[in-house]
Amino acid sequence: MILGLSTGSSGGDVVNGIKMVFSFFTDDSSKDEMMQTIIWQIRFPRVLLAALVGATLSLGGLVFQALLRNPLAEPYILGISGGSAIGAILGIIIGLSRFPGVAGTAFVGSMGTLALVLVMASGQTVLKKDSLLLSGVMVNAFCSAVIMFLISLTQDSRIHNILFWLMGDLSLADMNQVMILAATVLPCFLLIFCLSNPMNLMLMGKEMARSMGVNIKAVTIILLVTTSFMISSTVSQSGLIGFVGLVMPHMLRLLLGPDHRVMVPACIVGGAGFMVACDLLARTLPEQGEIPIGVITAIIGAPLFIFLLKRSKS
Amino acid sequence: MSEEKKQAAIEAMNLSYSYHDNDVFKDLSFTVPKGDFFIIIGPNGSGKTTLMKVLSGIEKPEKGNLHILGKAIERYSRRSLAQTVAMAPQMTTVDFPFTVREIVLMGRSPYKGLLGFDDQTDIRIAKQAMAFTEVEHLAERKLGQLSGGEQQRVLIARAICQEPQIILLDEPTASLDLAHQVRVMDLMEQLQKEKGVTVIMVSHDINLACMYAQSLLLIKNGQIVSIGPPDQVLNYETLEHAYGCALLVDQSPLGDFPRITLVPKRFIKSSLVNSYLQNKCSGSEIR
Repeated sequence: MILGLSTGSSGGDVVNGIKMVFSFFTDDSSKDEMMQTIIWQIRFPRVLLAALVGATLSLGGLVFQALLRNPLAEPYILGISGGSAIGAILGIIIGLSRFPGVAGTAFVGSMGTLALVLVMASGQTVLKKDSLLLSGVMVNAFCSAVIMFLISLTQDSRIHNILFWLMGDLSLADMNQVMILAATVLPCFLLIFCLSNPMNLMLMGKEMARSMGVNIKAVTIILLVTTSFMISSTVSQSGLIGFVGLVMPHMLRLLLGPDHRVMVPACIVGGAGFMVACDLLARTLPEQGEIPIGVITAIIGAPLFIFLLKRSKS
Repeated sequence: MSEEKKQAAIEAMNLSYSYHDNDVFKDLSFTVPKGDFFIIIGPNGSGKTTLMKVLSGIEKPEKGNLHILGKAIERYSRRSLAQTVAMAPQMTTVDFPFTVREIVLMGRSPYKGLLGFDDQTDIRIAKQAMAFTEVEHLAERKLGQLSGGEQQRVLIARAICQEPQIILLDEPTASLDLAHQVRVMDLMEQLQKEKGVTVIMVSHDINLACMYAQSLLLIKNGQIVSIGPPDQVLNYETLEHAYGCALLVDQSPLGDFPRITLVPKRFIKSSLVNSYLQNKCSGSEIR
């Protein structure tokens, strides 16, 4: 995180940057006023936003994997992010503020696609792995078509806004927005953490969970609504960033085992760290400007997904 | 509360359950005495598994009353029901790499607080449960890496970890080899004899069932064909009626247990079977 603060396109070398960050705490007399402003006014909110977004998305992935008993589930792959994107873009076109306006429309969109995916995949009572992923792919394809349609209708400068947002964009972070986002998602984190034991039991199968005293319906509904809510709040701020919810839970599960009482906090911390690192790459790799962060996560995540799919088949 | 109710682990009165307008079972009434080894047998599709789900509270019966230890099942909270009745389902596949220890410890959930962290008592009880089903040495292995017999013993250990007074098992010996079948049955008998747990089991292996069960319940098409001690339930007439196939019933070499022999088609008209059937008709049973 400190590295994320210290490095940036407009800020000299890394060592100098780190010095600047620490000088804030040590009350150093050699403060560079401009550097301080850049670090605390521009980079700090951005790093914080990246951390929140990363934590939310990877936790969201974890919850979906538990609920659907499918290690490949993820909001982006299931089309839920796509649904909230439609909602959010509609919000942008109408000209709503990012929060709560766009977040609200995004939430409605995500709940809509979630319902659609579940209805499509639940021909039987058991959600089969392949049918679920296929439904997600179809919903995603449909969502992209709607998004393209919406873009083709848009003419003015908002189009640039939408395009950047679609690729995942953290550059618009400002402190107030970040604080509002934190206030929305942190209670969700806590709620999900409290439900980590029921999530463990549900991985063993619904019937076994019920025979151990879990109220399946209540837990499922609480988790779905909470997760969709926190994901759409984040997506409205950061745009579409895929695969974080897949990459982080998987890596951490390999390291720490599948126990949710460990995985929930680990995903929050790990997802935050991963996203800050990705954002750092997005800002520093190109000589001029920056790469949208969604591009970075997809470049890392998509090959990993293919690898996991292949491994789970064998 | 009457004396009789106190003695019953499960008392089912006119239980009915239907699925998509088809009756799975209808008006079932029976009593499982406390501390009994109770085995449910019957042909495929006779409603055995559904009955187990209703008895464990996973599914709600459409009609009828179900009393568990003298108290109506609706009056149990989810937690207290899970502390009373445990269920080991048919083999489950788990896509997530839980270790045996983690799975067995899950059985402690109905006793845990909100966050569900394990305390010393939980760990001690899980250890005992693993020792009881002899899976302690597998504690750090993943469930998916184990053989069928080992997996079944892990799932039973998890159920024991719930410290139930009634344990329900759905075909625990299916897909196990001979040695493991006997081992699982011996474990359940030990649990019933030593700890006084009421064991209720669905089984397809009638020969094995009748050597362990104190009571058998034979159901077909969701209705009771016969209930009682094995030597009463398992006779030629009821079995032929229930399963609709040719079979011989005689006595096991181990003692006064009925032994079922299935008859392949090419033997049906053989003199051996004919003389058996003639003996039946003349009233002098072979056993």
